[in-house]
Order: sequence, then C-alpha cells, then structure tokens
Amino acid sequence: MPIQRSGRYSIFAIARQAMGQHQGWTRAWASPEPRDRYKVVIVGAGGHGLATAYYLGKNFGITDVAVIEKGWLGGGNTGRNTTIIRSNYLQDPSAAIYDKALKLYENLSQDLNYNVMFSPRGLIMLAQTEHEVRGYKRTVYANTLQGVATEWIEPERVKQLVPIINIEGPRYPVLGGLYQARGGTARHDAVAWGYARACSDMGMHVIQNCEVTGIETANGQVQAVNTARGRIACDKLALVVAGHSSQLAEMAGFRLPIESVPLQAIVSEPIKPCMDVVVMANTVHGYMSQSDKGEMVIGGGTDSYNAFTQRGSWHHIEETVRALIETFPMISRLKMLRQWGGIVDMTGDRSPILSATPVGGIFVNCGWGTGGFKAIPGSGWAMAELVANGRPGPLAAAFGLNRFREGRFVDESVAAGVAH
Amino acid sequence: MLTLTCPYCGVQAEETELAPGGEAHLKRIGPAGTAEEFEGYLFARKNIKGVHFERWRHAYGCGKWFLAARDTQTMQVFGTYRAQTPHATDDIVGNARQARPEWVPDWPQASEAVVG
Repeated sequence: MPIQRSGRYSIFAIARQAMGQHQGWTRAWASPEPRDRYKVVIVGAGGHGLATAYYLGKNFGITDVAVIEKGWLGGGNTGRNTTIIRSNYLQDPSAAIYDKALKLYENLSQDLNYNVMFSPRGLIMLAQTEHEVRGYKRTVYANTLQGVATEWIEPERVKQLVPIINIEGPRYPVLGGLYQARGGTARHDAVAWGYARACSDMGMHVIQNCEVTGIETANGQVQAVNTARGRIACDKLALVVAGHSSQLAEMAGFRLPIESVPLQAIVSEPIKPCMDVVVMANTVHGYMSQSDKGEMVIGGGTDSYNAFTQRGSWHHIEETVRALIETFPMISRLKMLRQWGGIVDMTGDRSPILSATPVGGIFVNCGWGTGGFKAIPGSGWAMAELVANGRPGPLAAAFGLNRFREGRFVDESVAAGVAH
Repeated sequence: MLTLTCPYCGVQAEETELAPGGEAHLKRIGPAGTAEEFEGYLFARKNIKGVHFERWRHAYGCGKWFLAARDTQTMQVFGTYRAQTPHATDDIVGNARQARPEWVPDWPQASEAVVG
C-alpha cells in the first residue's frame, strides 16, 4: 500500500517555510476524537505500540487502527531510557529480533521521513571480572554464528576508543570489552514522534489522555475497551504497556509472569565532547554515553522490589555514580541535572513476551524489562505480524507466553540480570 | 529510602540492610499439581499497583525472613509481620484500609475481623 504523507519534511520544505517566517508548519500528527469501533486497538502510545501500528499499516495494509494512551505520547519508558541501541545478545532468538531492530534503526529516519538522530557510534560492554571475560567471549562467538558483527577487544583498544576511561582499577580493572561498532544511540522522543506522524499520515488515530478503565470480553473473545473517552469496540486488541501490563491483563482476566520495578537514570550538566562511544559496565551497574547536547547520560541498576513510583531508590544512584567515577575519574566534579525513573516489566528469563493470550483477539507485547528502546522497530515489526496473522512469525515465535509452562526460556538474565 | 522494621529483632532497617524476596504467601504446588498450577506458582505474579505483600530478609542484621505490607504506588509501609503468619495481621489490614478504603483483603475471614 502506498503511503501518502502530508507535508513531507525536506530541505526544500525548510526553504519554503523560511519564506513564510516558519508560520506554515502543521502539527506532526492529528488528535482526532475516538470512533466507536476500530479493527485493531493498540493500548500504549510508546515506541513499541506506535511501531506495531506503523508496521501493521506498512506491511499488512491494516490502517483501521487506534493507538490509545493514558498520558502523553512517548511519556513512559520511551522517553525515560538511556537511548542505547545494540544487538549483541547471546541467544539466537534475541539476536534475531534485536538485530532486526538495529537494521531498521539504520534506515528509520529515511523510512519515517523524520530525523530520529540514530548515531551508530559504537558500544563497548566492559569486562571487569574473569567471569565476564569468558561470558563476553562466548557472546562474541555466538554473535559470529548469528551473523551479528561484534568483536572482543583488549584493554589497550578500550583505552584507545575511550581516552577518558581508567582501565587500571583499583576495584575492577578493565580486562577487555565486547565491542559492537554498529551499536549506538538515537533520539528517543523522535522515535515515538516519527512513528506517530507516520501512523497519523496513514489515517490511523493516535489518541492521548485516554486511559483504559476496563476490557470487555464475551465467550473468551475481546469485544471492546472502556476508556476515559468512552467505549471503543475492536476486533483485535494489542496491549503494549510495559510496566502496567499486569494491570491491563487483570482487566482482561489473565495473569502475566511480569513484575514491575523502577529503573532510573541521571543526566549531567552539558560538557564539551569527551566520549564518542557508549560504555556499559555491568559488573558495577553503570552505563554512560554523551548526548548530542553534551550531557553525560547515565543509567544504573533496577530496584529489586516491586514499585510504580517512577523515581527509584536513592542508594542506586550512589552505587552507580561511585562505580562510574572509578571508571571515568574526570566526571567526579560534574553536577547532575536531572534524575528520573521508569517502571520496567521484568520477566523471569529477562526476555520479552510477544504472544497471543488466553483471551481470543488479545495480544501482548511486554516484558522488555530494562532494554526495550533498542528493540522498538523489531518489536513493532514482529508484533504487527502477530496481530495481523493471529500467529507469530519467525521473530516472535520463541517469545510466546507458553514458554514459561514448557520451560523453553530465552535466558538472557546473565549473572546479575541488569543493564540489559 | 525504604525503611522496614524487622519483626524479629525490632531494628528499623533501611533497604540497603535488607534483601527483597518477592511476592509473599505463594502456595507451593507439589508433584500432584497440574502444569498450569506449577507455572502459576513459579512465574505468574499479582504485581499489584497498590497494597502488596512481600517477603524480605534482614540480610545484614538478624538474617531472618519476614513479611511486609507496602503500597507499591505511594511506598507507604503498612507494617511488617513474621514469616510464619498465614495472612497479614489485623492492624496491618487496618492501616492498608485507611490508606486505600477501596482495597479488600483477598483472603476469606479477614474482612469481618477488621470491621469488628
């Protein structure tokens, strides 16, 4: 299906608008009133929900779609993560879906006609214990077999790539790293905005401030969702709501193997460019990259108990910052500007769930835990396939709910189950 | 910082002194259980947004497991109780009902006990 875009963004559009003092720009997406019925209703206008809608339209020609959102577009974990993109996973099904996402990210700005500022600046996961050295070498071998280009690099090369790093410890000297040159970052808000605009241009409805209050089912089949803005009937319902997946599932009458915990991040004052790769240090629970504005973007570990507070525990900041100051001594006098938390949906094997559910017509896409942003395009691609066909395609097949009953885990929990 | 009082040694412990142990009062399913029940016991969690009962261990203190009632949205602690207790005690239920009047305990006899 050809996709008609109103007001395509280009250098000519900028030049044309410049003539009119930039007064002629229209809104990037429409804000329509919800209709009574849609073929597909997607709950959650974060990256994953909007990407699902986009690929439903693009790959399957299904445009009778509404994406409804409790708050504002991309205001949940899509706008709260540290924007890291990589695909260096150990297990084959993970590598497949994350690498699909990475490949889609590489052309996403062109595809959406929206600059998502994808920056493949390279990514290093530091090995700081012998255990990690062996683990990451194993991942490199697995990635080679999967066709995902990663390499093991020695400490000298780490220092060369990241001059500000201290590789000599004292607590955790850098013993090497897992390097993915294709990894990097993107502008998280722009990913949500770009997808929303593309969906709106296809005639889909993106409806904000529309909290789901109930899910109607009859004879084991979904009928409608009740929302703050009225009842919306649907043939198919996709729940793509991360931390609140359990609450939506309860409305539909089933339970999920999910626990919601806060994961937090902090951002420093902007400084001059000092680090042009993403560095993750999983032993000490910290990861850092420098944004285009010059801020150091720092992510830490999750809280280990259930909470929905979107702020997280104070002592995790201390742990993260303490570890990063040892690794990057020059940041010791940086002031931190902002701190926030997002509610991440953790599964037992730390892998996502893309699955049909016990209720006919309801599909879930959740369980991305601490690492959902990097997966957005691949997740949407696989979820669209699942919703359109009613059964998973090759990317989603391993991530069904039945894996917990059958013991077919996609085990990505590594040693500590963090910084995923 | 989250602070819980250990019901065994009475110490007001900060969360760095404690180790969380997940949802409390899970009913262990033995060999006679079905695959669905066993899956539920191992993986399905209530993941409540509101009044949550959970296990904690006073890891850097007396070392004992105990149970706590906490609001996962406001982080209010309603009380802690011993791990051998089958349900939260009446005063804890009372505290929870005060903060969330719409909340009802999901075990049978408790609701009458609170009213009395």
